[in-house]
Amino acid sequence: MSETENLTIAPPIEEVEASVERRRAARAVRERVAAVLAPIVVIVALLALWEAGTRLLAVPLFLLPPPSAIVAAMAKNVALLAAGAWVTTLEIVLGFLLSIAVGIPLALMIFLWPPFSRAVLPLLISTQAMPKVAIAPLFLVWFGFGMVPKVLIAFLIAFFPVVINTAVGLAAIEPEKIHLARSMGFGAIDTFFKIRLPDALPAIFAGLKISITLAVVGAVVGEFVGGDAGLGYLLMVANGSMDTQLLFAGIVWLTILGVALYAMVALAERLVVPHHIIARDHATGGSL
Amino acid sequence: MTLASPDTAPPYLDLQGIAKVYASRDGMVRALDHVSISGRRGAFISIVGPSGCGKSTLMMIAAGLMAPSSGRVAVDGQDILAPRTEIGIVFQSPVLLEWRTALGNVMLQAEAKRLDRASAERRARDLLAAVGLAGFEHKYPHELSGGMRQRVSICRALIHDPPQLLMDEPFGALDALTRDQLVLDLQRLCAERRIGVLFITHSVAEAVFLSDQVIVMTPRPGRIDRMIDIDLPRPRTLAMRETPAFAHYSREILDLFLARGVLREH
Repeated sequence: MSETENLTIAPPIEEVEASVERRRAARAVRERVAAVLAPIVVIVALLALWEAGTRLLAVPLFLLPPPSAIVAAMAKNVALLAAGAWVTTLEIVLGFLLSIAVGIPLALMIFLWPPFSRAVLPLLISTQAMPKVAIAPLFLVWFGFGMVPKVLIAFLIAFFPVVINTAVGLAAIEPEKIHLARSMGFGAIDTFFKIRLPDALPAIFAGLKISITLAVVGAVVGEFVGGDAGLGYLLMVANGSMDTQLLFAGIVWLTILGVALYAMVALAERLVVPHHIIARDHATGGSL
Repeated sequence: MTLASPDTAPPYLDLQGIAKVYASRDGMVRALDHVSISGRRGAFISIVGPSGCGKSTLMMIAAGLMAPSSGRVAVDGQDILAPRTEIGIVFQSPVLLEWRTALGNVMLQAEAKRLDRASAERRARDLLAAVGLAGFEHKYPHELSGGMRQRVSICRALIHDPPQLLMDEPFGALDALTRDQLVLDLQRLCAERRIGVLFITHSVAEAVFLSDQVIVMTPRPGRIDRMIDIDLPRPRTLAMRETPAFAHYSREILDLFLARGVLREH
């Protein structure tokens, strides 16, 4: 019969499956290689263009040094940069931790106690409208030249997203989850720790990730205004002495520092809320 | 079924003259207008009605999660003034905790009730297996289909052996085949465990198929239009949906909807 003949000509489903799987695996490898290679190629190309451009056009060093000169400056000043980075890191981390220590309890009070929320929220939002850079000199007057004013400026800039994201995250739960908790017989404390807080963790971490990048800005601004140490201070010194290579070297270090601190918060998120990351990876078909 | 309980026995769930009025910006909204329902223990009672007839409000009140503006809720003669923790509750969405596995979500109820962990876990696994989720115990909600998630939520509502389930359009978001299967599963689970159900639905067929009694509500403000006893043999089968008796009950409910303007035949 012609039907059975067709069946014998067509490959069996196992074979089809195997070939589809081979194609899928090959595509996955290609995509993974491309994901790593593409940004590297772009960065290398940009650096090469920069190097060639500054050399061909004989751009003066103080205006725009070529990447090779920046790398040389980084190598020459490694001790200076490392010492500055240590101070700045400390300021950022302390400002960030202070943001959490103040921001999360504040968010809890805003969430749990509506009169407090009504009284404090407008004030909180108006402090955000105020340019924090403008307050930096005032902190200098109050707290001197040490680390304290930098930590406070980092905190002042960084704590707002922690407060808002935590408060919004706690309030954003589906009402059914709370109905369910009550009908199951959970008390207020169990409902909070077993259901509401874990539900809000993705939102809280979203706030923390914004916060850590803002803390970097805050610490550098603090050092600009009245620093005697740190990468921000180093940038000011390099700027003052027209040492543009050192200026770029400081910017590179600050960038690396910012990315590393962000990655640490993202890692903490991954450890605390794996379900959220897994769900998002499924949705987007890949990881960060 | 109804013959088993004498008429003199006090009703299990007794809602008397329930009214609920919401104050909204546009004035007062009458959600429920003097609704009285009483059911014996183990009865399967469905409430059908158009959207906005206060069905969900009625369920919240029957669950003790919301106080009526006036009227009385009693269970076994006891006034209900706090959430009823002995029942199982199922919403239209599964309301699973995304950070817990299927088993972990079912065990949430056991944790709330402080049940013995080992035996509760055995029960949870048995229940999951009974609704076809054996092997999925350690999957997270996002790894399950909509129908599977709703099955998990039904298991969570059953693990503490409740005398009654309150279900608010539990199959409303599912496809037709999954609905049919879950309706059959629910019938079997409730028959085996002698669990009563207060079942809220839009679906006339679902209500007739599952219920001992169907309560038809009017459009807002929600009043009881008619109570219809469904006298079909149990267990009910899918083929029964094609019988004249079944069609007669469906027709009666649809005629009410047509008469009230809920449905219009042009």
